Amino acid sequence: MRVRAQMSMLFHLDKCIGCHTCSVACKNLWTDRKGAEYMWWNNVETRPGTGYPTGWEDQTHYKGGWRRDRNGRLRLTLHSRGGGLAKAFYNPVLPELDDYYDPFTFAYGDLFSSPLSDQQPTARPVSQITGQPMEPASGPNWDDDLSGSDVYAANDPSLDGVDDAVRAQMEEIERVVFNYLPRICNHCLNPSCVAACPSGAIYKRSEDGVVLVNEDACRGWRMCVSGCPYKKVYYNWTTGKSEKCILCFPRLETGQAPACAHSCVGRIRYMGVLLYDADAIEAAASRPDDELLDAQLDTILDPTDPRVEQAARLAGIDDGWLDAARRSPIYRFVKDWGLALPLHPEYRTMAMMFYVPPLSPLMSAVEANLTRLEVPDGAGPFEILDDLDLARLPVDYLANLFSVGDRAPIEHALRTMLAVRTYKREQVPGGAGGNGAGGNGAEPGADGVGPATLAMLESVGLTPERAEEIYRLTTTPTMDDRFVLPPYHRELAIEEVNDPLSAKGSTGFGAITGPRRGS
Amino acid sequence: MTTNDLLFGAIPYAAVVLAVVVTVVRWRRAAFTVSSLSSQLLESRLLYWGSVPFHWGLSLILVGHLVGLLIPQGLEAWNGAPVRLYVAEATGLALALWAGFGLVVLVYRRLSNARIRAVTTPMDLVVLAIIGVQILSGVWIAVAHRWGSAWGPGVLGAYVRSLFALQPEPGYVAPLPFMVKVHVLAFFVFLAVFPFSRLVHIVTLPLQYLARPWQKVVADRYPPHPSYVTPRRGR
Ligand code: SF4
Ligand code: SF4
Repeated sequence: MRVRAQMSMLFHLDKCIGCHTCSVACKNLWTDRKGAEYMWWNNVETRPGTGYPTGWEDQTHYKGGWRRDRNGRLRLTLHSRGGGLAKAFYNPVLPELDDYYDPFTFAYGDLFSSPLSDQQPTARPVSQITGQPMEPASGPNWDDDLSGSDVYAANDPSLDGVDDAVRAQMEEIERVVFNYLPRICNHCLNPSCVAACPSGAIYKRSEDGVVLVNEDACRGWRMCVSGCPYKKVYYNWTTGKSEKCILCFPRLETGQAPACAHSCVGRIRYMGVLLYDADAIEAAASRPDDELLDAQLDTILDPTDPRVEQAARLAGIDDGWLDAARRSPIYRFVKDWGLALPLHPEYRTMAMMFYVPPLSPLMSAVEANLTRLEVPDGAGPFEILDDLDLARLPVDYLANLFSVGDRAPIEHALRTMLAVRTYKREQVPGGAGGNGAGGNGAEPGADGVGPATLAMLESVGLTPERAEEIYRLTTTPTMDDRFVLPPYHRELAIEEVNDPLSAKGSTGFGAITGPRRGS
Repeated sequence: MTTNDLLFGAIPYAAVVLAVVVTVVRWRRAAFTVSSLSSQLLESRLLYWGSVPFHWGLSLILVGHLVGLLIPQGLEAWNGAPVRLYVAEATGLALALWAGFGLVVLVYRRLSNARIRAVTTPMDLVVLAIIGVQILSGVWIAVAHRWGSAWGPGVLGAYVRSLFALQPEPGYVAPLPFMVKVHVLAFFVFLAVFPFSRLVHIVTLPLQYLARPWQKVVADRYPPHPSYVTPRRGR
């Protein structure tokens, strides 16, 4: 066992309101620069939809991530080593700018400088690359709330393999159903961006798992852009270097949550430490598809296990980090409660950002066979649990996103959330839980919760105490509950030992000259 | 010193010194500026038709030249049978035309596409011009002064070896046809411009990729685990 620590983020999709505050916070902080205008290290997509860059999940086209070959060995989908070098002159699967969008601004100066005339002057859109007037035709959130459109939703690769009947059901309600999926770099355990880089310029930090591009070592071969299945490495067209989400490590190192998480209006984001077993990564990433998710979650170690603790200390992980790992909200959601899953585990990069699948929006009206949360008198108490497919986002679709098509983990998460929701609603006098006082007639207990609801909790392995914990961390967490950040101990960092100037670009002072394009 | 001595006795050394010293300094002091400066993100279709012939054609021709100049005996042995001489010559000419086609596409792409113009520097055009002169003069020689692979190693090989031996004999070049002189001189200009242009990316060809582990984990802490790589500059 070789223990390492990972700073991990969790997105509670039930709470995302699609406001893009996260994207803007990130843009203002990191990518408001020439060459980076088109980059959205954090983006929020409407699902079902094609996302940003368009169709990024279509790996038969983009060839990101890893695959398992016939002998059960892990292979980079993009290229072999020799093949990678041979394709240095032209990368056949690189997304083009128009797959993202042509970044534009407006010629605001015209508002002031146009000559006197009868017409109001206008600020025409101009390309941020050529400076020429242009007609904006797409953008990173162009399909916002447009899931129903057949340009976007119908082309979502995650709908492949979703049962036709279920698809038809989605399409019936396509004009109203959508959900948001905020995405950043997943700071994977088995990053294919690192493996694809011929220069060896990308690396994973051992102390917190952040995956970074060494801009001094990057030579612009842009294989990482293709290699990342999530399309979260971007090529800066003016400096000729690749860039990616840095998980706001300068903020983490000073005890602040990343800007996207800090600014999140829906408070959907959580940050915390996970301990993982570095020796188990390769085996876990090479498992057959149906074992992948479990194998990935198994590499995450229990921080309260004394053996893990001992191995962690041996690996140089200090008390502050161990303590943070034990209090990690991510560990709670992912391991203790089984509520959160990684995005597309079938890419085999072992993504370390986790998602609580969306329960909402549940149907609130009873129509045909669709079930609602308020179970009518006389109806079976847990009917809704048995009819999850009638919730608006089909389980099969969510399973394609988060669990390699396996319904069980999604059903577990949704049932758990439903049980907690029903339980809490019933505690409110006049609440609409439907299974207690106002529900199916069984006598409620002291706190207004009927035996039927307690049985419901039990059926998903919850005690009332645990249900309360889930409720608290979901609905009313404080900033300190959401972001459990470890002390970074910068005094122990490498620049205390290495001359920062001689290690410049990798550690220490960082870039002290502007990022100018070479010639 | 005659002009010939200056051009073929002094300039080669100046060019090599520039190429080596400036490349090393740039690599160490301004590693950020070293990049292939790919523009594929902005335009991909024409790049395919230009970049692939250009790079592969030139790389293979370069290998041919190195073999001819550095191990002339090998080339002479190969050329022992006339058929093989024809094959070598025809291959060289075909590669040059192929690379030349790529170059034309690349120049057209640079000048015609608005997005590519936005990332084009004067140095990019200088580089394309120098390589254009190289290809043109090379094709000229192949056609007008045929069987270069037969006479080249003897005449030019001796000259190159004299340069390496630090006893330059520019006299070897003096009697050669004008286009051969252009071809040789253009190479030294290429070397001199090399460290100041995007050409530096040639020496960054990451052959180490063939052998390095897939994953790279870097420790920012002491004591690092033995399996961690410690960051070094310029890597
Ligand atoms: S999500 Fe991030 S760490 Fe994972 S492969 Fe992509 S860029 Fe690399
Ligand atoms: S700021 Fe939060 S709620 Fe708003 S879009 Fe981003 S993740 Fe969703």
